[in-house]
Amino acid sequence: MSRLSVELPGLHLKNPVMPASGCFGFGREYSQFFNLDVLGAIMIKATTPEPRFGNPTPRVAETSSGMLNAIGLQNPGLAKVINEELDWLSGYDVPIIANVAGSQIADYVKVASNISKVGNVKALELNISCPNVKEGGIAFGTVPEVAKEVTKAVKEVSSVPVYVKLSPNVSNIVEMAKAVEDGGADGLTMINTLVGMRLDLKTGRPILSNKTGGLSGPAIKPVALRMIYEVSQQVSIPIIGMGGIASAEDVIEFFYAGASAVAVGTANFVDPFVCPTIIEELPNLLDELGFDHISQCTGRSWKQNEAVANYRA
Amino acid sequence: MIKKETMKVLTHKELAPSIFELTLQGELVSEMKQPGQFVHVKTTEGNEPLLRRPISISSYNSSEKQFTMIYRAEGKGTTLLSQCKQAEGVDILGPLGNGFPVHEANKGETALLVGGGIGVPPLYQLSQMLVAKGVRVIHVLGFQTKSAIFYEKEFSKLGDTYIATVDGSYGTKGFVTTVIDKLDTEFETIFSCGPTPMLKALEAGYREKKLYLSLEERMGCGIGACFACVCHTGDDPNGFSYKKVCSDGPVFRAGEVVL
Repeated sequence: MSRLSVELPGLHLKNPVMPASGCFGFGREYSQFFNLDVLGAIMIKATTPEPRFGNPTPRVAETSSGMLNAIGLQNPGLAKVINEELDWLSGYDVPIIANVAGSQIADYVKVASNISKVGNVKALELNISCPNVKEGGIAFGTVPEVAKEVTKAVKEVSSVPVYVKLSPNVSNIVEMAKAVEDGGADGLTMINTLVGMRLDLKTGRPILSNKTGGLSGPAIKPVALRMIYEVSQQVSIPIIGMGGIASAEDVIEFFYAGASAVAVGTANFVDPFVCPTIIEELPNLLDELGFDHISQCTGRSWKQNEAVANYRA
Repeated sequence: MIKKETMKVLTHKELAPSIFELTLQGELVSEMKQPGQFVHVKTTEGNEPLLRRPISISSYNSSEKQFTMIYRAEGKGTTLLSQCKQAEGVDILGPLGNGFPVHEANKGETALLVGGGIGVPPLYQLSQMLVAKGVRVIHVLGFQTKSAIFYEKEFSKLGDTYIATVDGSYGTKGFVTTVIDKLDTEFETIFSCGPTPMLKALEAGYREKKLYLSLEERMGCGIGACFACVCHTGDDPNGFSYKKVCSDGPVFRAGEVVL
């Protein structure tokens, strides 16, 4: 067994590194750079029941060590994603995590029940945290009771395990995590983007046509680490961590915080080879740090406290 | 095929205030097939700025494995780029996008090449390739003011070259359309690159010609994955059809996409 392999609900990952939803399309563009088989999994772009065009441009704005995006869940709709994109991806030996979005619970249910029946879809990522759509999205991810309700509804119809993608735009992330765990979530993915804004120096107007957008990239890494650290100690379901990961060192840091696998987002835009590069570098880093298997890193940040506490007791 | 390579700086000089000409060498040049393609440039190591900068290719030489780009140092990224020196390495992803269809202009025909400001550079490679196949070229280049003009001599060697400046400090006072309206010659094809208002004016005035426009848009990945640079299509202006400026364009036939 490889020292990078990870077992999670529904997912037998050859390594714990996967591209994050929205940063990798449906994989076609990146397949011209490397064989997608090397990836642990692929989180495909959010899918809604009907096609969506998304927001007007400008849809991206740069920030210090990060970027804002307000794409607006552009996607070709459930039918095309299943018939064209997932069919194309089935040519690869890589599990797919389908990101499910919508503007009402019925949308989530429709996408989840259909897309979870597709052979290569091994898990769902419930997107209740997109900050860039007028209806739905983040509205489901900031009220614990609502998040629990949509999780339950999707769990009832899904044929595969359900991971819920948490929004960092809440005052109590642990409360949100516990609510979706109560709702039956098999795992968590965190964090989605932080709502932010940039203004044009000359016009004084927001740069993004949507005015606000989701902040991603290295700038949000400390926020993600803190939230995973807090949540992983309070829930018993695994976490796929994300938020500014761009190197093998970042991956280990996320594991230390409490993640069991990771997703790489914005870094794919900077370096299309970033995922295979990280996967290649991880074994050497494990050697350097003295670990036989990457799973030993999960929760090291707080498990050490526990060990000390137990010893003292 | 798109490659990522640290390319070597051969020459780097300021052509006009804040306008730089950078010539790089590397294997990636062998992949350049069309004028009007672009490269995605990491202007510095590290995260500040984080994203690459899309910059058009102004000319390339496959046998020498070198290409030139001309850019304006305006923001943080391009200003950092402007400081790189001879023999240093620059992280390039490319070539990207689909360029100008040289085959649309036939030998013996006349092509009008219309550029505005920092949209002028990709027309240089295009002009060379058109001239090489026996197409007569006429250049109409617009700039803000006299000091901002670059490559007038280079373009003049390839064909008639008319300059317009907004403030009238050189050439015709006004816009490129001011010049074109007065042109006393026939042409079959227009190839253009420049600010959107200029492209819109050309589209409104010369739709009956074979008109190709190179668009500019803020980009994330540059390869078609992030959906940052999406535009509506001409035959479905309010629907779900779309084109990506980075990977479907940046050059489109007039009317193909909504400007």
